[in-house]
Amino acid sequence: MRWRVLSVLLVLALVAVACGDDDATTTTSGQAASCDVADLNLFTAGQLTVATGEPAFPPWVGTPDGDNFDEPESGVGFESALVYALAEEMGFTADQVVWVRTGFDEAISGPKNFDFNLQQYTISPERDEVVDFSDPYYSNAQALIAFPDNGIAGATTLADLQEARLGVQIGTTSLDYIEEIIQPNPDVAVYETTVDAKSALDARQIDGLVVDVATAYYITAVEIPGSIVVAAFAAPADSPDEFGLLFAEGNSLRDCVNAALATLRADGTLASLEDQWLVDAGGAVVISE
Amino acid sequence: MLWPRRSPRRSEEGGRAALIAAVSTVVVFGLLIALVLNSAYWPAVQRQFFNWRHFRASFPLVLDGFWLDVKMFIVAEVLILVIGLAVAMARSLRGPAFTPLRLLMIGYIDLARGMPLLLLILIMGFGIPALRLPGVPNSALIWGVAALVFSYAAYTAEVYRAGIDSVPESQRMSARSIGLTQAQGLWHVVVPQAVRNVIPALLNGFVSLQKDVALVFVLGVREGLREADIYNARTFNYTSYIAAAVLFLLVSVPVARFTDWYADRQRRRMQAMST
Repeated sequence: MRWRVLSVLLVLALVAVACGDDDATTTTSGQAASCDVADLNLFTAGQLTVATGEPAFPPWVGTPDGDNFDEPESGVGFESALVYALAEEMGFTADQVVWVRTGFDEAISGPKNFDFNLQQYTISPERDEVVDFSDPYYSNAQALIAFPDNGIAGATTLADLQEARLGVQIGTTSLDYIEEIIQPNPDVAVYETTVDAKSALDARQIDGLVVDVATAYYITAVEIPGSIVVAAFAAPADSPDEFGLLFAEGNSLRDCVNAALATLRADGTLASLEDQWLVDAGGAVVISE
Repeated sequence: MLWPRRSPRRSEEGGRAALIAAVSTVVVFGLLIALVLNSAYWPAVQRQFFNWRHFRASFPLVLDGFWLDVKMFIVAEVLILVIGLAVAMARSLRGPAFTPLRLLMIGYIDLARGMPLLLLILIMGFGIPALRLPGVPNSALIWGVAALVFSYAAYTAEVYRAGIDSVPESQRMSARSIGLTQAQGLWHVVVPQAVRNVIPALLNGFVSLQKDVALVFVLGVREGLREADIYNARTFNYTSYIAAAVLFLLVSVPVARFTDWYADRQRRRMQAMST
């Protein structure tokens, strides 16, 4: 009997030791002296290795109609076009941009076989502990999708959504938005993919789906035919939802990319890319707090 | 008592054996712990998997979802035990008149056991409500539990059937000879003995169910695994999964130990009876 007690104690001790407190933050010593291509800290010298998702989908890669779907090399779609603009600004030619693919989570914990990764990563302090983010390249707002015959299709205020059964895709900031801003009474359903969320919408298990604005137009046009964008939500000023390029923790390349990004923002390139590839809130109602 | 009584001399030997076991356990586990903690990868593992701060932050959320798992597996287990027994009894009825019933039961068991549980959950959880049949509930939770019951009742029916087959044929005969119908004989004479024989196997199924309820997370249901998943997606830290694992273990390990203890006791009783 005694050794059993002992082994239980040992396992407990193991767990206790394993769960050490960890509030240490690693400091990055990113002091990029020069941003010439030759001096950059690159994954493969002489080329810019960029990672995106598998598949990479519109309007981020490809057009909302589905042209150049999953073809980041095309330069079609907001994120694809942004990468080529950044590359040019940094002194790379288009041929020197090499694309690789990673899963969304895999890019965080797995080996960093890229210079940076972009697939609509929202910048958050928690994520920033494990990886580094560039300055934001896009400010995101949330939108509500529903079938026109649903009761919430005419919603114009947050109060209209109090009893709505809403769904989101996991890993998006839409869940935080619903729970903190809309605060509906029923539990928010969380799905692995938009395909699952669509099934739930079809089955009337949820009344509406909350996603970011740019994705909303793609979903209503391509993924869930017959659905409409009911409303766009004004982003709360104190907690903006912004996308950043993802770097390995402490990668000094980030400073040079940020410099190029700042130039693109200043000369209006970033804004025109947004106009070109991302449909704005358009005719949908804008609901604010 | 977990062990039979021993004579004083043997208990002394037992004490020595326990000491050796304790020392070797300490040495082996100590070395393993030292090896792991001194590994170059340990700080990263600790940060990502055993982060106390993230554990504290995610545990209440995961616990909240885990209650739903507990409710689901309790409700499902009751239904599984009842339906499984009914199916096993229907399958065990003899005579040509019962052939269609037997075939139906065999068909159900083959179907339910042959399909991946996840597939069943997706078909029943998303598929059936999508038909929008009048009067049929569309709740993901209800259909998720229904899929679990559908699958597990088939396995459980087979466990019961093994129990029913283990009761000597003479018991059935005796029941018939005192004027009970076939169904009455099964219910009053065979089933009580059969169930006693298969309790460890039923408990084993229960342990398995306790974990499989988490699969309804694919339907968007906010149970424990899903809450852990949400936390992980938010923070990129895996400690919330460890929190969920701890909760599942807290429930399943005691049942597993109890099953061992019960099976052990049953075996000793059988031995006592045969000597």
